[in-house]
Amino acid sequence: MGVTHFLMVDNNSDDGGREFLAAQPDVSLWTTQASYKRARFGVDWLNWLQMKHGNGHWCLVVDPDELLVYPFCDTRPLRALTDWLDASSIKSFGAMLLDMYPKGRIDQIPYRRDEDPLAIASWFDSGNYTISKNKKLGNLWIQGGPRARMFFPDRPERAPALNKIPLVKWDNGYTYVSSTHMLLPRGLNLVYDEWGGEKASGVLLHTKFLDTFTIKAQEELSRKQHYANSHEYKAYAAGLVDNPDLWCKWSEKYINWRQLEILGLMSKGNWA
Amino acid sequence: MSVGIVMLVHTALNRAEEVIRHWVAGGCPVVVHVDAAVDRRTYGAFAKALSDLPTVRMSPRYRCEWGTWGIVAATQSASELMLANFPDVRHVYLASGSCMPLRPVCELRQYLNARPNTDFIESATTADVPWTVGGLSEERFTLRFPFSWKRRRRLFDSYVDLQRRVGFKRKIPARLVPHMGSQWWCLTRRTLSAILQDPDRAVHDRYFRKVWIPDESYFQTLSRLYSQHIESRSLTLSKFDFQGKPHIFYDDHLQLLRRSDCFVARKIWPHADRLYQTFLNEDAALMTGSEPNPGKIDRIFAKAVERRTRGRPGLYMQSRFPNENWENGVTSASYSVLEGFTELFTDFEPWLARQTGARVHGHLFAADRVEFEGRQPSFNGALSDSPALRDYNALAFLTNLIWNTRGEHQCFQFGPSDTQDISWNMSKDPNALINVISGAWAVPLFQSNRNFADLRTEAALLQKIESEHLGALRSPYAKARIRIWTLAEFVESPMESLQAIVDEIGAKAARRLTEAPHMSDLTGFGQFLQNLKNQGMHPHLMGDFPVGAAPKNAPPSQRKPYLVK
Repeated sequence: MGVTHFLMVDNNSDDGGREFLAAQPDVSLWTTQASYKRARFGVDWLNWLQMKHGNGHWCLVVDPDELLVYPFCDTRPLRALTDWLDASSIKSFGAMLLDMYPKGRIDQIPYRRDEDPLAIASWFDSGNYTISKNKKLGNLWIQGGPRARMFFPDRPERAPALNKIPLVKWDNGYTYVSSTHMLLPRGLNLVYDEWGGEKASGVLLHTKFLDTFTIKAQEELSRKQHYANSHEYKAYAAGLVDNPDLWCKWSEKYINWRQLEILGLMSKGNWA
Repeated sequence: MSVGIVMLVHTALNRAEEVIRHWVAGGCPVVVHVDAAVDRRTYGAFAKALSDLPTVRMSPRYRCEWGTWGIVAATQSASELMLANFPDVRHVYLASGSCMPLRPVCELRQYLNARPNTDFIESATTADVPWTVGGLSEERFTLRFPFSWKRRRRLFDSYVDLQRRVGFKRKIPARLVPHMGSQWWCLTRRTLSAILQDPDRAVHDRYFRKVWIPDESYFQTLSRLYSQHIESRSLTLSKFDFQGKPHIFYDDHLQLLRRSDCFVARKIWPHADRLYQTFLNEDAALMTGSEPNPGKIDRIFAKAVERRTRGRPGLYMQSRFPNENWENGVTSASYSVLEGFTELFTDFEPWLARQTGARVHGHLFAADRVEFEGRQPSFNGALSDSPALRDYNALAFLTNLIWNTRGEHQCFQFGPSDTQDISWNMSKDPNALINVISGAWAVPLFQSNRNFADLRTEAALLQKIESEHLGALRSPYAKARIRIWTLAEFVESPMESLQAIVDEIGAKAARRLTEAPHMSDLTGFGQFLQNLKNQGMHPHLMGDFPVGAAPKNAPPSQRKPYLVK
């Protein structure tokens, strides 16, 4: 894909991930036992790392279960995108979170290491997202998808935010405010056009809903390390008791970025 | 006779070197100008790498900042060097380091040999040029621009503004008629030398030094003075986007570039390995003799600009969230809103679906659930039937629904018992086709078997809500196509109105309606309204119903479907 260096934070993992990462030549690894919650859900860590090492670089911030899709990602490396962004004087690139899920019960097909998670969680919601503008920071607030549909049908305001700005030409004056949902200064949040046009954007395929999720939801609830008293995980745990099928008749099966662009989930903007 | 290449280079010197070697191998001398911003070490290494090529010269270096005189000065001195050192050269081709020859060099030579007196330079008068960055076209030639547009935009803008207000105007030298065009040209020795050896050159240079973006106007204007035959187009395929910066070509453009039959393309991404490999090694003389034909590339890039500036109408997403009134279409396609029809007719939904082939929903905005067609729990795009999700952002629900079903006409029912958040949005949406039978909500009340006091309260409430809704529809802001009948009007001649609605939806109904939906029995409805009046409520939205008898056109026999011949 064209990433030259990886900076990883290992927050007390026990699945052998740390040993694997430590052995990679292009990975710098930080391990911590500290509280994820008290680091404001990891934001402090990543701001610090970017301040120390990111200045002047294009930095992509993703969770391990997020896969970046951008226009022409099947034929052009990431460097082509960042060069183009540079040439266009664009400093930040938006990519909304798209929840992927399997057809059938979440725990039906077990996920094994080294497998392509998209082979199991290959479905998504194509057109049920709602957007509003955050007047204070100027970012969009996107909600919807299977999580809103299945876990928050009666309390939509509690559905998790899906807007993300994961790719930024970092400068030491910048800071992520809440996860990668929004930044300061405000101008970086303007990854959308307000006058009818479309800016270029990508998608983060979120492969959280595998059979490992049921266990994780329970676990996270006991760790109590998540946002807003983990109400999101409470809803999951409640909804998952009978292992709901997130799939519905109108779910779309993932093919490629062009499909996402036609559906209107991302855009080429004026990159051609 | 040959063609000489003047090449302006500022980055990706290794790629430039590859291209220079390609030109030289094709028998073209090359004069290279390297931007003065490139540091001395890099420049030295570059010059040394090229030193084995006898027909390559390095020209004196200038600082080439975008939009300034430096680029012209560099071109001038490199061209002089070319004309003086290579007497064989008849055409001089101006290229950049990121230009790539797409066709074998010999084809270019043959093409130019067949047109020995033609200058290929895009050159149009300012009045006819649409591409003007910063909104300056004619003023490029009449104002002064001492500040950098790229680095000191605010100063640039305010100085332009000041000159406009003061009414300052520079004098254009005699004989010159300002022309503009692509900076990449191919001129004959005759024309080029005439420009460079013009006795008035000092005057011209002094004037153009302060023109904005002189590289797009210096040669374009002066060649008009000397050329015998101008072909006003560039041989270099170069597309610009809406900010005036060139589009970049990548590996996946390979087939497109091949089929374009253009001689040279810019700008090539320096890491497009496959493009460089393919085009710099293709020595097979294809010689189709065909003219350049960039039509398809033009369309692709024109579409990209359109997408960036206008976007897809009716789409709201992470990178397109237009301010109000800038949506370029609130929704993506037309849809029908039907008010009062299911109340008056018992089988209206299936009937309308049969007649039009459109998708007919129930009350999408009903308070208790979203009534999708067939009352399914979800719909296109995985829209949920949860009323809370819908009401959380009613406009997004509607725009999503219409976007998700592109290519299929949507119809849905609406009325005063539904949530009303969407009322104004629909009224202001030119895509909405709204048909209202006002007061029809009274029919279900009339048929129900409830306490009259409750009925009276509910009737008052519904009438108030519908009045407000009608207010929105009748306001000067309404842009939807709207028809409103009172219930009394409608039942006078229902078929005519139904025909109009079906025709409006279009689809398959190019014929007269042959089947009517079942209308509820309205016997006693007039008395019902009178009873409401007697209770002190004033039902007015349904029009005038005679007390005691239903309207003449709705006799009992009408409960069977009838035929219109």
